Amino acid sequence: MHASFLTHARSRYLWIALALCVASITAYVWHDPGIAPNGGTWLGYTLGTIGALLIVWLMLFGVRKRSYASTLGSTLGWLSAHVYLGTALILIALLHSGFQFGWNLHTLALVLMLAVIFSGFFGVYAYLRYPTLMTRNRDSATRDAMLEEVAEIDQNALALADGIAPEIHAVVLRSIQNTRLGGGVWTQLRARDGSDLAIAKVRQAIAERATQSGGAGKPLQAGQTLVAMVDFLAGQTDDRQTEALRKLIDMLSRKRALATRVARDIQYQAVMEIWLYVHVPLSFSLLAALLGHIVVVFFYW
Amino acid sequence: MGERFTIAIVGSGPGGLSAAARAAERGTSHVLLEAEPHLSNTIYRYQKGKYVMDEPAILPLRSPIPFAAGLRETILGAWDDATARLKVNVRHGHEVSAIQRRPDGVFDIRCGNGATFEADAVVLGIGLQGNLRKLGVAGEDLPFVQYQLDDPDAYEGETIVVVGAGDAAIENAIALAKQNNVVIVNRKDEFARAKKGNEQGILKAIEDGLIECYYNAAPERVEALSAGRKPGRMILTTEKGRAQILVDRVIARLGATAPRGFVEACGVTFPSKDPASVPAISAQYESNVPKLYIVGALGGYPLIKQAMNQGYEVVETICGDVVEPADAPLLKAKFASLQGFASLEQALGQIQRSVPVLSHITPLQMREFMLDSDIRTPADGEVIFTRNDYTNSFYSIVEGEARVAIEGQAAPVVLRRGEFFGEMSLISGRRRSATVTAGPNCVLVETPRRSMNRLIASVEAVKREIDRVFIVRAIQSRFAPEASVAQLAEMAEGATLKRYKAGDIVFQEGEVGDCLHLVRVGSLTISRNIGGRDVVLTYVAAGNYVGEMALMGESRRSASARAAIATETIRLDGDAFKRLLNRIPVLKLRLQKEYKDRTAANLAMQALPGGGDIISFLMAQGAGEATDILLIDESLCVRCDNCEKACAETHGGTSRLDREAGPTYADVHVPTSCRHCEHPHCMKDCPPDALRRAPNGEVFIADNCIGCGNCERNCPYGVIHMASKPPKKPGLLQWLLLGRGPGPGEAPYDPAVKKDGQAKKAVKCDMCKDQAGGAACVRACPTGAAIRISPEEFPAYAQSRR
Ligand SMILES: Cc1cc2nc3c(=O)[nH]c(=O)nc-3n(C[C@H](O)[C@H](O)[C@H](O)COP(=O)(O)OP(=O)(O)OC[C@H]3O[C@@H](n4cnc5c(N)ncnc54)[C@H](O)[C@@H]3O)c2cc1C
Ligand code: HEM
Ligand code: SF4
Ligand code: SF4
Repeated sequence: MHASFLTHARSRYLWIALALCVASITAYVWHDPGIAPNGGTWLGYTLGTIGALLIVWLMLFGVRKRSYASTLGSTLGWLSAHVYLGTALILIALLHSGFQFGWNLHTLALVLMLAVIFSGFFGVYAYLRYPTLMTRNRDSATRDAMLEEVAEIDQNALALADGIAPEIHAVVLRSIQNTRLGGGVWTQLRARDGSDLAIAKVRQAIAERATQSGGAGKPLQAGQTLVAMVDFLAGQTDDRQTEALRKLIDMLSRKRALATRVARDIQYQAVMEIWLYVHVPLSFSLLAALLGHIVVVFFYW
Repeated sequence: MGERFTIAIVGSGPGGLSAAARAAERGTSHVLLEAEPHLSNTIYRYQKGKYVMDEPAILPLRSPIPFAAGLRETILGAWDDATARLKVNVRHGHEVSAIQRRPDGVFDIRCGNGATFEADAVVLGIGLQGNLRKLGVAGEDLPFVQYQLDDPDAYEGETIVVVGAGDAAIENAIALAKQNNVVIVNRKDEFARAKKGNEQGILKAIEDGLIECYYNAAPERVEALSAGRKPGRMILTTEKGRAQILVDRVIARLGATAPRGFVEACGVTFPSKDPASVPAISAQYESNVPKLYIVGALGGYPLIKQAMNQGYEVVETICGDVVEPADAPLLKAKFASLQGFASLEQALGQIQRSVPVLSHITPLQMREFMLDSDIRTPADGEVIFTRNDYTNSFYSIVEGEARVAIEGQAAPVVLRRGEFFGEMSLISGRRRSATVTAGPNCVLVETPRRSMNRLIASVEAVKREIDRVFIVRAIQSRFAPEASVAQLAEMAEGATLKRYKAGDIVFQEGEVGDCLHLVRVGSLTISRNIGGRDVVLTYVAAGNYVGEMALMGESRRSASARAAIATETIRLDGDAFKRLLNRIPVLKLRLQKEYKDRTAANLAMQALPGGGDIISFLMAQGAGEATDILLIDESLCVRCDNCEKACAETHGGTSRLDREAGPTYADVHVPTSCRHCEHPHCMKDCPPDALRRAPNGEVFIADNCIGCGNCERNCPYGVIHMASKPPKKPGLLQWLLLGRGPGPGEAPYDPAVKKDGQAKKAVKCDMCKDQAGGAACVRACPTGAAIRISPEEFPAYAQSRR
């Protein structure tokens, strides 16, 4: 039935990758070139060739992913192989280098490769963790439906506020203008929507109203809850307005809950996508560095 | 009495209009009576700018009125011109309410507006749209009460009452609520009749206070007001008493009354009660009432060109001229492979004589049947269809023989001239249960599903005969390897057909079992009451039997069986079954083994906490009628939409799948995507029969789609869309390197193409039947979240989810 890219085909590619690793280690241990192991020995060349071919093939995943009519395996199989063989590349490249590092192009290529691979690890982590979180957070609604509802609450709140007082109306309007869902990369990842600010403002406005309407009753305390505040107002303003205020706060809280869900939804999606913006450009730099590495080795050694 | 004409034509659709035009051209005295103030109401009511198609392309047009594929406006314009040029005597606003044939053979025709006419012959071409149902209360015809809504955006700031609870009422109410104050009046306390999406939409709008709803309410009267801000008011009777609403407008969407009642009142008989049946008419389109002719959609011909040809031919017939029907050359071509027939009639008669099941049908039905069918002369040994194919056509053996290889049986069953096969898949909507190969000198008539179903619906005798054979064969294929035909005859004798609606109980846990059921159409769920809760244990698809457990072991039902969807079973008598078992020990052994396997599977399911809940959830989504459904595991889905992109990319730029929309339960998400139903609702009403089923089960839309949108409306799962053909897209490399055209998975954007009147056709999932690798959505999913499975796999699937 459903199988993730880690368990696909009974983790066939995990076993292939392991076999590749074991073979490389055996060869490395067994091989005695007489000098310190490095990329210039025949084993070094062999491992280097395997590694370079693997990198090219790993990059080709981006092409395969977009060749929707391709009959060359499934995207799932490709990703499974991508992940396991890509991980095996760490070992192969290290053995190829013979653990000789320096401040040079060769080591730069290695570092870039490791960066690509570790960003890949993060991707795997994100792919395993975030889908479930997202499903729970959505609770069967679609993002569009949630956004629509937010917009609706905004409209209703505005209409309601209009009937209460101009300053409340202004506060609600400002809060609507301040609600920005999505936005830049950073806002997406932070998952905040600014409703908190709005509620605080309404609260403040209510408080101000309370003090204005002649401090007949008890003075308003700073840390009071919204509901308590409305009850407090009930003693001072007419009933209809209190009811409306209660409704308004109810609406704004509902909106806050919803907006938080939307923001979180966007955040999850952003996390699942954002790492690719590291993984892919780095892999292109890696390809360039790899080319440089090969050219240097063959022409200037 | 009123004016007298030779021919009175009722209805100015393509059929009636063509008849009237021909009469005018010939100079025959005639009158064309049309209820509406314009011609051809059905076509007039098409969407503005609709591209009308002239299927079937091979059929020549025979009419003084021009018709070729083109825009609705162009066609209607040409018809108006031709009507004026030929001086057709058309009377608008004349809705015919009664047609009576006097003893002297002259027809009396009465209209709703009081006008009366006399005619020697009547041509009835009123189509199938019927009359819109009215409110049925005082004030139903006031100017602000309307029964149609073309453009919801045309109204603003009004108070509008929408009456009705169907899809049309809901869609109107929601669209109007954007700019108006909308009240919806529902006779019942729910909107269950509507599609799921519409139901959710209206409930949400009501909850949000966007639309006000009166449940369990009915209009009592509508009144015009002379004073005040609103032109009228509507009085409702509700549970809590009377309510009054001041209104600007009342829109009632109560459906249409089928024209059948009116047609029957004219004396025309229908062959069966089935709503799909059409009146029996002769090869000259004459009904059982002499000189009363029926043309067009009403007579079972749902396309414009057919209707126009018939209108022409009918007038020729009435005037005493013999015409060869326009489809005769097509029919003749079908018989080209058969030698030795002097005339078409002889050939048709010959087939009817050799195949008894066809002997009951009228000559016109036979013509129609043959027009849709193909004559096949397969070589000895050629495979006609293979077991497990999803094809659903019906075969009659005209000559020679055919061999049916049934699973588990050594010798094939030989069918001879006059017999038929293929009825199993036709009825059950499931895979072929056997492979059939041609014998020597085999001549077959292959009939597509729609024509056969129409015949079954219209001719009771055909239905009876096919059902009888179905029962015998179904019993044989189940028990035959062990039992002989004679031994099974007794069981077939006592077998009855049972019909269940979705959710109906077939039998209940704890009852004494006195019968078993073979599921013939639809499917069942088997459940058991555990701790006061109904726990679904398994799903039983058509072709399987249930209820044998109580007859073999315990005498009480160990579980309940419930219809998952509309279902038909063959009920087999328990005593006859027990006698059969006692007579044939081998059969008993086999069934006992199956019985053990089932019990074990049921126990395994029962042991899983909540194991059957996933099955229940899937059934609630209508998956019980699916043959192949796309499921997404939301704990794996990274929302990359690669599935949708793959679909769009392999299907001309529009994705046929909406990944996000759809319900989710325990991480199992049912996206909005075609399930390739056993009995596809979308096939129900397709004029050119463009919806087809491929051998692998894919329900797809062929090129002859005329874009009428019926299938879009009929699919309860909302997976069909109307789209025009997109421009060709540059390849992936060109996009990558040169930035040409839209990227992979992006919709083609070309405003120039959108504007002109491109033919919109229906598009839906075809399960990538033309893609070498199979369903692109599944193959493009990088994380393994998307799979396609068939309902038989649901129990195993539910277990795998734990
Ligand atoms: C949306 C849609 C799109 C379609 N697209 C195509 C297409 O592209 N190509 C194609 O070939 N077919 C198409 N069809 C099918 C086609 O429209 C019908 O097959 C055709 O209109 C049938 O013609 P008709 O003459 O039988 O009846 P209709 O066209 O239905 O005409 C019946 C006429 O009779 C009148 N009438 C009814 N009752 C009475 C009465 N009691 N007294 C007086 N008058 C009465 C009606 O007002 C109407 O004008 C489409 C159908 C629909 C619904
Ligand atoms: C040098 C090694 C690697 C290279 C050059 C490489 C390159 C790529 C490329 C080009 C893509 C395509 C992205 C796109 O087009 O959307 C990709 C995707 C991906 N890679 Fe790698 N990769 C490497 C190693 C790894 C490793 C080691 C892992 C995990 C352990 C990994 C995990 C992934 C994942 C999860 C995807 C995303 C698949 C998807 O959502 O479609 N990669 N990689
Ligand atoms: S389009 Fe709709 S009705 Fe037709 S097969 Fe698909 S899901 Fe069923
Ligand atoms: S496929 Fe759909 S839109 Fe096309 S003709 Fe058939 S019913 Fe109409």
